[in-house]
Amino acid sequence: MGHNHEHPEKAWQAIRTEAIESLLNEINVLSSDDVDQVVKHYEENVGPKTGARVIARAWVDPAFKQRLLADGLEACKELGIGGPETELLHVVENTPSVHNVVVCTLCSCYPWPILGLPPVWYKSSAYRSRLVREPRKVLAEMGVTLTDEIEVRVWDSVSEIRYLVMPERPANTDHLSEAELIELISRDHMIGVARTIALNNQDS
Amino acid sequence: MNGIHDMGGLHGFGPVEVEPNEPVFKTEWGSRIFCMVQVIDGLGVWNLDEHRHEIELMAPQDYITHTYYGRWMFAMERILYRRNILTREEVEQRVAEIAADQRSFTPVQTEGRNWPLAEADKVPWGAWRKDQTVSPAFAEGQWVRVRNIHPPGHTRVTGYTRGKSGQVFRVNDQAWVLPDTRAHYQGENLQAVYTVRFEAQTLWGEAHAEPNSYVYIDLSEDHLELSQED
Repeated sequence: MGHNHEHPEKAWQAIRTEAIESLLNEINVLSSDDVDQVVKHYEENVGPKTGARVIARAWVDPAFKQRLLADGLEACKELGIGGPETELLHVVENTPSVHNVVVCTLCSCYPWPILGLPPVWYKSSAYRSRLVREPRKVLAEMGVTLTDEIEVRVWDSVSEIRYLVMPERPANTDHLSEAELIELISRDHMIGVARTIALNNQDS
Repeated sequence: MNGIHDMGGLHGFGPVEVEPNEPVFKTEWGSRIFCMVQVIDGLGVWNLDEHRHEIELMAPQDYITHTYYGRWMFAMERILYRRNILTREEVEQRVAEIAADQRSFTPVQTEGRNWPLAEADKVPWGAWRKDQTVSPAFAEGQWVRVRNIHPPGHTRVTGYTRGKSGQVFRVNDQAWVLPDTRAHYQGENLQAVYTVRFEAQTLWGEAHAEPNSYVYIDLSEDHLELSQED
């Protein structure tokens, strides 16, 4: 498997995975072709761009935004978005006086069909343990400094309900198309570990 | 269970390390494990709560040192063995053969293997029964307290909220499966899930809570009781 030479200490896991996969193929539990398709799906089809499409649509279409805030998944379906690991989606909106940020302290629940798979840091012990206890400190370390006047809401998504942060639309973007707005929105904005949206897309 | 997986509030893990431009999968084996599990999820072999609980049963020192997908491999193997779909012996044998660069492997035995699964043996996956309704016991705005319970099996009640009072922010009145019982095949116990808002001071105390901060967490009805605080 491709990464063995880069991570020699992990080689046993690659070997063990190969053993399990070959056995499951031989007894017809699954076929590696099916597994390949799933890998391809997560590498190519889903990712933060999907979530950015949802947010940008909400920015340009107030009626869609209302439907999205009322029932996130139903509204996403209008854009052809859905899939496993998200049975109900609540979209939480940032305002000048509120900042939202999402975690799962018990495992790493995350809205896969909307944002793709989570980054390693989202699954890390540090993020999972600290965000609920010292969100301002964690956010500051990650580049988001919030004054005490801004209320911080941490969403610990331990049930099957998934959360997506709707960042504020930046000022002076009336001239941008929906496609251009999509480019401004990053994964980190939608988890809530980024807040400001820079128009040159160089900053988060 | 009060396990290492219940991390909310723990100290000692240091800063959050962010890798810029991280690939979707950092290792090929991780991608295979994750995607094999996705395929098997649809086959009725395990339910999602059982799968999660299996990860929690990893020894704490292993949980901390394994990667996310390493934990998934552990859980996947254990359930496949328990369901008699694979045996540990054949996996160890195949591992040894691959490690020794053998070109041909010992053929698999079909006798006594629980595959294909009988229809009656298949377990449903989803967490919400769309064809059923529930009558929520608590209402939006009500103060509730998280019951002080320490079940030895699976639970989604985080340690840091037990015994603490908060206000119901939203009633999710769909018919949600109770993970605590389904993980152990002790019934689905359909019930509402409540999004409860806790003040940081309630959770962490005046001395250590950050100002103007709140934690919202989803809790099953069975995990809550009415609180006098108001």
